[in-house]
Amino acid sequence: MNTDNNPPGPLSTKGGDDGSAAGAASGLVAGPALGRPGGGADSRVIPIAVAQPEVTPPASPTAAMIRTLGLVSSICGLIIVGAYEGTYDAVAANKRIATERAVFKVIPAAKSIAEYVALPAGGIEPKVGAGDTPVAPGAVKFFAAYDAGGKLAGIAAEGGAKGYADTVRIMFGYSPECQCVIGIGVVSMRETPGIGDKILTDRDFLANFNALDAKLKGDLSMLANEVKAVKHGTKTNPWQIDAIAGATITSRAVGKSINDAAQALLPRLVPNLEKLRSKS
Amino acid sequence: MNPSAAKTWDEFMEGVWRQNPVFVMVLGMCPTLAVTVSGINALSMGAATTFVLVCSCALVSLMRSFTPKEVRIAVYIVIIATFVTVVDYAIQAISLALYDALGAFIQLIVVNCIILGRAEAHASKHGPLPAMINAAGMGIGFAIGLLALGVVREILGAGTLFGISLFGAGFQPWVIMVLPPGGFFVLGAWLLFFSWIERRKLRRQSAKQSGKPVEATQNA
Repeated sequence: MNTDNNPPGPLSTKGGDDGSAAGAASGLVAGPALGRPGGGADSRVIPIAVAQPEVTPPASPTAAMIRTLGLVSSICGLIIVGAYEGTYDAVAANKRIATERAVFKVIPAAKSIAEYVALPAGGIEPKVGAGDTPVAPGAVKFFAAYDAGGKLAGIAAEGGAKGYADTVRIMFGYSPECQCVIGIGVVSMRETPGIGDKILTDRDFLANFNALDAKLKGDLSMLANEVKAVKHGTKTNPWQIDAIAGATITSRAVGKSINDAAQALLPRLVPNLEKLRSKS
Repeated sequence: MNPSAAKTWDEFMEGVWRQNPVFVMVLGMCPTLAVTVSGINALSMGAATTFVLVCSCALVSLMRSFTPKEVRIAVYIVIIATFVTVVDYAIQAISLALYDALGAFIQLIVVNCIILGRAEAHASKHGPLPAMINAAGMGIGFAIGLLALGVVREILGAGTLFGISLFGAGFQPWVIMVLPPGGFFVLGAWLLFFSWIERRKLRRQSAKQSGKPVEATQNA
């Protein structure tokens, strides 16, 4: 098998692949001999893997492969199930705390929350199942927040709209008393740090949401005025959002997500507010 | 130190210093550049990668005698993916904020070439203990690399260190440092620094044993 004069076969590119095994087996003339000038009688440049006839070591029996793969899969399956079970409670608790925090942030008076869905046909009902369980198509999820005395402190809902980098998802608090948005928080975003993410910190911008008008039309079918972000310094009406200079796209995304979510939710919610007045 | 302890130390230091994955081998650049916007992110990513490295190298090493070579890569990937899943759950359980900050890069540890490289090049040829020591060294070396980037980027780009404000309210953050280009700038600066140290060391050595010609290092 160690013939120097073998023509380079179609196997030549496999040289590197089986290098270690082949090199050990064929000893003298494997790939490494290549670079040596004047290595022997045949000193012309030899294409790679000249001495690479099929030296594949005996193939492992199929049963051994199946056994090993089966064993590895079983061990790994057990480890994953163990990790999932072990962390399930902590993960669920973390998610609940994160949601509660977001709600408490947008409705400062809130002390406890209940999850509801607004059905597509109108009407609301308590949400069945906790966490990420899906709701019926077209239904809108929202949270009713109650104060220490069990009275309704506000409604929180999520909305999302395309920002500069990705969807900006925000949570906003709605107060039925003033029919306005009373606070926002960001659920997730990938906006540019230092520019777009000013929507979290910019005081003037956040002041927009002290009482952002979100009144419904007389027939309760939609908002009386579209909530909208306007160019920095041109806010004239209580339903407008004064955008951050330099972060107009992100500001608009906030406005649009509030508007879209409010348009979908409020016409169904407001007629049913009485049901939510006190904690059930 | 007895010889075996010296060898163990050597195995460990290989990854921490001589073959540092970030600064010498320049491997695993994707998480290195992407998640190092703050010290805490870098540290968590380093810890997660170290955990995956050590556990998967231990298991690969234990299985090495009855892993047919035809299916070894499949076996390694399944083992690595398992421990990445474990880390994924663990980080979700520890902190959702951290989980969001690291994003997809936790799952992408699976394809981090450092881990598959260690499994193939070291763990599959050594016993569990040396494999774990070597893997721990590599993981810690990776974490050091990430931390070196993360700390610099956080200080310059946000004016904080592990979330603690350093310069007071008057500081104008150098925002580009926490954006993707900043990752390249800082990585480049660190590589330059280590290459300078390496060259200086070589110059000193050659000055001592003068007569030998000075050879610029190719892989410094």
